[in-house]
Amino acid sequence: MGHISRFETEVLIIGGGATGTSIMRDCALRGIKCMLLDKNDIASGTTGRNHGLLHSGARYAVTDSESAHECIQENKILRKIASHCVDQTDGLFITLPEDDLSFQSTFIHACTSVGIDTQKLTPEEALKLEPNVNPSLLGAVKVPDGTLDPFRLCASNVLDAKQHGAQIFTYSIVQSFIRVGERIIGASCLNVRTNEKFEIFANEVINAAGIWGKNICQYAELDVQMFPAKGSLLVLEHRINDLVINRCRKPADADILVPGDSISLIGTTSEEIDYCEIDSLRVTDQEVNILIEEGAKLAPILEQTRILRAYAGVRPLVDVSGGNGRNISRGIVLLDHAKRDGLTGLTSILGGKLMTCRLMAEMTTDVVAEKLGNNSPCTTHLQPLPGSVERTDKQPRKKTALTSKAAAYRHGEKAVQLFDQSAKGKSIVCECEMVSVGEIEYAIKKLDVTNLVDLRRRTRLGMGSCQGELCTYRASGLFCEYGQCSGHDSSKLLIHFLEERWKGIKPVLFDDALREAEFTYWIYEGLFGAADVTLLGTAQNDEKKEYYEI
Amino acid sequence: MNIAQNSFEKCIKCTICTVYCPVAKANPNYPGPKECGPDGARLRIKSLDYYDQALKLCTNCKRCETACPSNVNVGDIIAVARGKFEKKVINPKLMRDFILSQTDLFGTLSTPFAPIVNKITDSQIIKTVMHKTIGIDKHKALPKYSLGTFRNWFKKNAPDQEQYPRQVSYFHGCYVNYNDPDLGKDLLKVLNAMNIGLKLLNKEKCCGVPLIANGFHDKARKNARFNVKNMTEAVEKFNTPILSTSSTCSFTLKQEYPHVLDVDNSQVVDKIEYITSFLLREFMNGNAPKLKEINKTIVYHTPCHLERSGLAIFTIELLRAIPGLKVIVLESECCGLAGTYGFKKENYDVSMKIGKHLFETIKNSDADYAITDCETCKWQIEENTHLKTIHPINLLAQGLTV
Repeated sequence: MGHISRFETEVLIIGGGATGTSIMRDCALRGIKCMLLDKNDIASGTTGRNHGLLHSGARYAVTDSESAHECIQENKILRKIASHCVDQTDGLFITLPEDDLSFQSTFIHACTSVGIDTQKLTPEEALKLEPNVNPSLLGAVKVPDGTLDPFRLCASNVLDAKQHGAQIFTYSIVQSFIRVGERIIGASCLNVRTNEKFEIFANEVINAAGIWGKNICQYAELDVQMFPAKGSLLVLEHRINDLVINRCRKPADADILVPGDSISLIGTTSEEIDYCEIDSLRVTDQEVNILIEEGAKLAPILEQTRILRAYAGVRPLVDVSGGNGRNISRGIVLLDHAKRDGLTGLTSILGGKLMTCRLMAEMTTDVVAEKLGNNSPCTTHLQPLPGSVERTDKQPRKKTALTSKAAAYRHGEKAVQLFDQSAKGKSIVCECEMVSVGEIEYAIKKLDVTNLVDLRRRTRLGMGSCQGELCTYRASGLFCEYGQCSGHDSSKLLIHFLEERWKGIKPVLFDDALREAEFTYWIYEGLFGAADVTLLGTAQNDEKKEYYEI
Repeated sequence: MNIAQNSFEKCIKCTICTVYCPVAKANPNYPGPKECGPDGARLRIKSLDYYDQALKLCTNCKRCETACPSNVNVGDIIAVARGKFEKKVINPKLMRDFILSQTDLFGTLSTPFAPIVNKITDSQIIKTVMHKTIGIDKHKALPKYSLGTFRNWFKKNAPDQEQYPRQVSYFHGCYVNYNDPDLGKDLLKVLNAMNIGLKLLNKEKCCGVPLIANGFHDKARKNARFNVKNMTEAVEKFNTPILSTSSTCSFTLKQEYPHVLDVDNSQVVDKIEYITSFLLREFMNGNAPKLKEINKTIVYHTPCHLERSGLAIFTIELLRAIPGLKVIVLESECCGLAGTYGFKKENYDVSMKIGKHLFETIKNSDADYAITDCETCKWQIEENTHLKTIHPINLLAQGLTV
């Protein structure tokens, strides 16, 4: 051990979710040196475990006009700066026979007052736009909802930040803060994959750890009350709707159906949980049933559609009121601990939501930049992210391989510029989601990928119908080629990935998902003898986790 | 919603379909039925950008469906996608596809002048010209037309047929009508020997399979509706079974109509039957015609659509019921022609590669005939092995004692 690496920077960001990576980019674009730390991969917490809905704000318009206003502002910005992460699908708020149709006018009025465009549709018009919507609807309102891929958003933030000099450490935890009196000057860290300790000294530390931010505050002996609320979702095998479908009523369980990339998502339940449970979320049978039952009211076809997997995330709400977890504001909580607690060098950015990550970053960076004496203005709302710089949809696509089309959809102009275009580069690894060898090479080399789960977040590998059945062994082999991994290590990556996929399949282990899982088990266990690979030396923090991901 | 639209998600990606796909085996540019079928269907919902031109390399043989353990109609998914999304480009090949698939039109035009037409299509010069212009491969001989149609011949015999106590309706199809009326005549003999009379439908059009294969789904759908209407009339009026001597016509009438063309045939589907299945049942119920010994050796080739229908066993057992006949059942594999597919210049090599093993086996067999239920398999086998290839009904007719 002996030698401990020491790093110096201006800002240390803890947490690589949407907020943390947005702060990283904001700092880097303002010329502030920064480093980011995450205990896992980027976008592996709450960021990667929601519906990926590009809110128009309509959902909050009636109950929380401030959030609604923030959403529509950010919605317009993200469409421009992150076009490769956004599908501009539009959304419907439908009124079913059991709903109160008079709520529609309240809803439209509230939307209009915060600047959300609405268009009232007759049931026939709604069915024409979205043939799978419940045909018994009484009416619908169209709003500028869309979908937002949180993984691509975070990866692009990091890519841009790195191009502007920032540095990232994934799979690294804070063990303690380094303090001088009432000032935090850095953190002692541990890389949980390599067990190497290191220290980062920084002028300012930003706690952007979301729901885990309470723990970070505890390292600084500060108290913040978090309000963890579990939200569970189901992934459907394919895209059953083209428009986001919401219920036109006060937000409730399982009332959003989102078409995300090649799948659809139904969510979300809401259940208050104890803070100690945030790392061991389980999707219960009861939740699965509620999601199917309620989801079928939005689109009846859902009941006949195969369910791929279930997952759950924790809303990172800061307890300010003590309501029931749904009626409290998802407002942004920015804590300048120098002012609040007399501890300098630490700022916490908590609460908020995926939609407002850029705004949260701007607010936080404004505060921190002032302390550092940097007065460059924020430009994150103007500069497009890497991948959205050039439009790729205008290129001649007739003869393009399907993998190239899929890659351009996911990585924008980077796919055209950087991917290996040889026959080998274009050959398919993940058949369900059309992920090529070239895309994997790029991800491993350029996008901070250490294992197959990280790779999945960058590419959608293993996120399709077969849930890793055919791509896992091919992709793990590529880690030997592009990731300097030994054969034995890549076998361990394979098992780690399959275990992670199975965790999400278990809650829905019936019908075709069961047949598929059995077949996958047979291939890996029966044919490849995967059980014989010893897992000694696997990163310890991954073993006990019972989390679910998309 | 038809079956092809919602069955894709039952696919568990075992890829057995691609292993059994004759095209994937012969042509590395074809991504195979799994990718073109269920995988593609899922992606095409997301965006039509994911429609792959490679889908036109599919021969619609349906061996993928026979192989699928999850009951996914893989071939139907591909056929439906082609019908919906394939863009027709105006070029000489479109003309060729039109000529190859408009069997009724060209049959009607050609049969009165069959000897002349046959001579023209057989000439090397014309073959070379067609190869270079519209892309019908110069190695292929276009099917020969008969002088006069089966329907015309039948008119004279219709009154006799009504004398029989039992009647069946016959969907003769284009091949019997324009190319090989003798097969229809043989069927009439065999049925008459079993004391059964033959009726034709009031009218019929091409079942539509070449139209489906060439992407003319609207025309195919019109034909399907027309045929269902005529079959319904026959069933309502006479309550007869509707028999076909073409394994592909009967498959199309029964399965492609609802699955690929979204045409409801439920009111007649149970009445449509491929001939050997009908005959074997009659034989087993004691109504076999008197047959003399046929001391010959035959090799039997199973057509893809008969395999998919699960009916090969009926033909094989029927052949085994012929006294003296030595029946060698060949491995079930695609002959490569797949209707109009192998006639096309761009497909010829693949077509030959697919059929190679079959041709070699037949050439080395010392058989007197090859027997198969499908007219296009017959063309392919005769052209590439020079062994006379006939329908099981032709052989039965040879064995009749009267």
